[in-house]
Amino acid sequence: MNTDIVVFGGGIAGIEAATSLHRLGYNVIIIEKETFLGGHVTLWNKLFPNNKDANEIVQQVISSLNNNITIFLATESTKIINNHNNTYTIHLNNNKIIHTKAILIATGYDVFNAKLKEEYGYGIYDNVITSDELEHILKQNKRILTKQGKEPTRIGFVHCVGSRDRKVNNIYCSKVCCVTAVKQAIEIRQKLPFSEAYCFYMDLRMYGLNFEELYNDSQEKYGVTFIRGRLSEASENIEGKIIVKVEDTLLGRPLKMTMDLLVLMVGMVPSKGTSWLIKELELNFNSGNFVSSLDEHTKSNLTNKKGVFVAGTASSPKTIDDTLADSRSAVLFIHEYLKSF
Amino acid sequence: MNNNNTLSFLKKSDRTIDYDKNDRALFYYLMRVEPTVALCIACGACTATCPAGNFSSLDLHKIMLSIRRGEKVYIAKEITQCFLCGKCQLICPKNVNTRGVILQIISFLQSSQL
Repeated sequence: MNTDIVVFGGGIAGIEAATSLHRLGYNVIIIEKETFLGGHVTLWNKLFPNNKDANEIVQQVISSLNNNITIFLATESTKIINNHNNTYTIHLNNNKIIHTKAILIATGYDVFNAKLKEEYGYGIYDNVITSDELEHILKQNKRILTKQGKEPTRIGFVHCVGSRDRKVNNIYCSKVCCVTAVKQAIEIRQKLPFSEAYCFYMDLRMYGLNFEELYNDSQEKYGVTFIRGRLSEASENIEGKIIVKVEDTLLGRPLKMTMDLLVLMVGMVPSKGTSWLIKELELNFNSGNFVSSLDEHTKSNLTNKKGVFVAGTASSPKTIDDTLADSRSAVLFIHEYLKSF
Repeated sequence: MNNNNTLSFLKKSDRTIDYDKNDRALFYYLMRVEPTVALCIACGACTATCPAGNFSSLDLHKIMLSIRRGEKVYIAKEITQCFLCGKCQLICPKNVNTRGVILQIISFLQSSQL
């Protein structure tokens, strides 16, 4: 098979780029390892900061796909050969071989494995869950219950789990967890009006449009309490509740409290596909082990290999808005490259 | 006697805020009558501008945090040092009605003592 461009990853970044490239007249092939398109966003419920349905975004992006774009679902690449004449040969695990002029990496991120932060007790105590799991519960519209089957009355959110943490070699900020915690705390207070929600943070990074407004709402309308301090440890009592120990750094005193449910705000790490492509195509890693751009300001979608481009969270943690903008910017870089091919 | 002196630190009270035991009725009362209390981010501008704070231990941002933690004894002790000049309200970036909060604290404490 011959094509102009192969897009790795059928998440919102990959689809957005593929449809735009197709509209510019190029032949596009999408390779997706899962059996569905849309990636992580399909598994989410409501989005920050305006409570928009995640499904709406996915549908909007997918609706511009058409039959002329070839999509391989449940397919992974096994080998990529750089032909050194600016073309690449891609071997797939369904025994197909594709010759292409350009490659777009849109393989995104995986959520951080919270078991690596043993002191928070994920995988050890039943009532410690991740923000990802809470989002799936909200998406399926299930009741929020503790493992003992009761409605939680006190829920804690731990920020920066696996982000800004040299102990797990992730020095970067994952950018979306702060505001996700605020959003999920509000959702919990709406679903369980008699509950209390607490956020344990190092810094609150409310940088985006309407993020600060959401944060103000969470405090004024929903009474969410923010405590500055990083948990030293979480432990379980005989009833299966979680006891957290933290320094209240604004008061300068240690604080101890019992939680019914503890939610760990897990950050982003490069996905398996992203890491594999970096090695296979001999690209450079950036400081967070994502794909390194040729220049982070002016050539953000280019890599050190000619004909290999990057879009979305494969190069760094991003919000949905930033991901879509990044995809459209990658399309322009690819268009310029293929035009002078 | 000597032994008593060397071990005297053991007699000091625990510094830990025991959140489960503290009574946060004051916070819930204020959320009802003066919800801007929840907006405080403990930036400390009120403390820095407070004229009473220059001559006493009054520290409004610590009082604001203590409201949420339910540290009532500390609040009752400290709040009497405020003379309601309102400078804290002028400087507050979150527009917390600090004078309103302080007046409500005083009225809550007076009624709960009755």
